Amino acid sequence: MKRLLMLVALITAAMSSVYAMDITGAGASFPAPLYGKWAESYNKITGVRVNYQSIGSSGGVNQIKAKTVDFGATDTPLSDADLEAAGLIQFPTVIGGVVPVINLSGINPGAMVLTGEVLAQVYLGKITHWNDAAIKTLNPNLTLPDQKITVVRRADGSGTTAIFTEYLTKVSLDWASQVGQGNTVNWPIGTGGKGNEGVSAFVGRLPGAIGYVEYAYAKQSSMAFIQLKNASGENISPSIDSFKAATSGIDWTKSFAQSLTNSAAKGAWPITSSTFVLMHKTQADPAKSKAMIAFFDWAYTNGAAEALALDYVPMPDDVIVAIRKAWAEKLNAT
Amino acid sequence: MQPKKAKELGNWILGGLSWVAAVFTLIALCGVIIMLAIKAWPSMQAFGFSFLTDTVWDPPNNIFGAFVPIYGTLLTSLIALLIAIPVSFGIALFLTELSPAWLRRPLGTAIELLAAIPSIVYGMWGLLFFSPIFAQYVQTPLMNWTANIPILNQLFAGAPIGIGLFTAGIILAIMIIPYIASVMRDVFEVVPPLLKESAYGLGCTTWEVIWSVVLPYTKAGVIGGIMLGLGRALGETMAVTFVIGNSNILDGYSLFSMGNSITSVLANEFPEASLTGFHQSALMELGLILFCITCIVLSLSKVMLSRLQKAGGK
Repeated sequence: MKRLLMLVALITAAMSSVYAMDITGAGASFPAPLYGKWAESYNKITGVRVNYQSIGSSGGVNQIKAKTVDFGATDTPLSDADLEAAGLIQFPTVIGGVVPVINLSGINPGAMVLTGEVLAQVYLGKITHWNDAAIKTLNPNLTLPDQKITVVRRADGSGTTAIFTEYLTKVSLDWASQVGQGNTVNWPIGTGGKGNEGVSAFVGRLPGAIGYVEYAYAKQSSMAFIQLKNASGENISPSIDSFKAATSGIDWTKSFAQSLTNSAAKGAWPITSSTFVLMHKTQADPAKSKAMIAFFDWAYTNGAAEALALDYVPMPDDVIVAIRKAWAEKLNAT
Repeated sequence: MQPKKAKELGNWILGGLSWVAAVFTLIALCGVIIMLAIKAWPSMQAFGFSFLTDTVWDPPNNIFGAFVPIYGTLLTSLIALLIAIPVSFGIALFLTELSPAWLRRPLGTAIELLAAIPSIVYGMWGLLFFSPIFAQYVQTPLMNWTANIPILNQLFAGAPIGIGLFTAGIILAIMIIPYIASVMRDVFEVVPPLLKESAYGLGCTTWEVIWSVVLPYTKAGVIGGIMLGLGRALGETMAVTFVIGNSNILDGYSLFSMGNSITSVLANEFPEASLTGFHQSALMELGLILFCITCIVLSLSKVMLSRLQKAGGK
C-alpha cells in the first residue's frame, strides 16, 4: 500500500512538472506540419512539449479568444482593432505562396504566362477555352489547343482560397464585384476538390484543367505551374526567392497585419502570404508566456532550415527584428 | 434470506443502470437539438423559410440558401436506394434460396466485409478509380445517345468528368448494399421452412415463393433494413465529398450535374467558417435540417410499417 501511494505521488509529481512545460496551440492547417516539426526538435533540446492542433484558422481564433489554448494560429491576420479588443498580439511565422497549376499536354511547367486579370476571367467563366485571344496574346510562342478550360478550386474553406481570392479581388474589378474574397466564396463555376490533394488529383486527372495549390504541393507533385505577371510587370515563377521578395518594401514596425498579395516589389510572386500566431498580451502564468516566447524565438533563430526543407519560406531578418521588438514592447507578463 | 436480498439488490442496480442509460440517451438527443436550434437561430431569423428554397450560398456577401445541399442529399440518397434495393434483394435471394451451401458463408462474409471499409476509402476509390471509368464508358456514351431525345438529354447534360450527383449516388449505393443485403438475408432465413416448402409443394416457382410467401412474412425486417441503409446514405460525409463535385450551382436538373450535400458542406466549410456574419449559424441550421430529414424518414417508415401490418391483419 505504501509503495502504491509513493508511486502515485511520483506520477503526480512527474505529471505536474510535465504539465508546467506544456504549451498548447491550435489553428491554421497550412503551417501545421512545420509547427509539428519545430515542436519535435525543440522538445529534444529543451524537454518543453509544444502540442499544436490543426483545427483551421477560425477555430484557432475562437480558441485563443476563449483562452482554451496558449496560442492560436491563423492564415488571415486579425485587424489591429480586433487585436486590441481581444487583448492579443499577432506575429507572422513563415511565408507561403499559392501556385496556379495546369494540365495541358505539350505545355511545360512555367512555360505559360498569365496575368491576374486573365486568371480572374478564367475563374469567372468568361474565358472558357485555352486558345482564347487573351491567353494567346500573353503567350505568342505557345501552340494553344482549342480545348475547354476545366476550372478546379478548393471545396473546403481554406486559407489557400482566402489568399487566392484576395489576389483576384485586388487585380480584377469584375472579380471584386461578383465574387469577392474569403475562406469560402460563391464560386461561379468549377469543380471543388477537398484539400490541396483533392485539387491536385482533379487537375492531374482532367485534361485542360486549371487549379491552385500551395507551393509545396505544386513542387512535390511535378505539376505544370504557370508564371504570373506581377504588379511591376515582370513574369515571375513561384520560388522561395520570389516569395521572399514579396515581403520587401513593407513597414512591419507599425502592424504585422500586412497583405503580401500583388506586391509591387521587384521579383515578387503575386500570390504570397504569411501565416500568423496569436497570443494574449497578459498571461495568467508568466512562466508559460516566457516558455512560448522562448519557443518562437528559438524557431526564428534555428528553424529556418527545417522550414525550407518543408517548402516554407522563413521570415526575412528585418521582420524578425521587428517581431522581437514587438514582444519586448507589448507583452505584459514578463 | 441473505441470497434473496442480494438478488433484489442486484435487480435494483441493474434496473437503475438501464434507466440511467435510457434517460442519458434522451438527454443527449435533446441537448443536441437544443444546441443546434440555439446556434442556428440567427440564420433562421435572417433568412426565414426562404433558406430552404434559396439557391445562393455566398459566404463573403453573407447570403445563405440551402436548396442545393438539401436537394443533393435527397437526390443522392434516392439514387442510392434505387440501385441498392434491387441489388441487395438479389444478393439476399441468392444467398438464402439459390446459392450452393458451400458458397453461402464465404459470400455472406465478403458482403459484410464491404461494410467494414472506411468511407474515406470509398471516396478515394470513387474519385481516382471509379469516376474516370464512369466518365469514359458510361457518361459519354449515354450523353451521345440521348443528345437528341428531349427530357433525357436534359437529364444527362453537363461535362462528362465523372463526378457529380449521380456518381455520389452510385458510391453511396455500394456503401449501403452490405447493410440492406445482410438484414434482408437474416430475415429471409428466419422464414419457417414449413411455409416455403408448402408453397413449393403447391407447385410455386422460386420467384412466387419469394414474392408471395417470404416477402410478406418479412416485410417489417426488409423495410427496417432499407431504412438502415437510407439513414447511412443521408448521413454519409467523406465518400460523398470526394465525388459530388462540391458545387453550389446546379447545372439544370441534370443527374450528372455537380452538386453538394448537407454533410459535405458541413465537413468542408465548418472548420474555416467566418466568425462574423451568418456562416456558422447557417451551417448549424443545415445540421438541424438534416436532423429533421432523418426524423421525417424514420417516422414515415414507422407509419408505413404500421399500415402494412394493419393491411396484413385483414
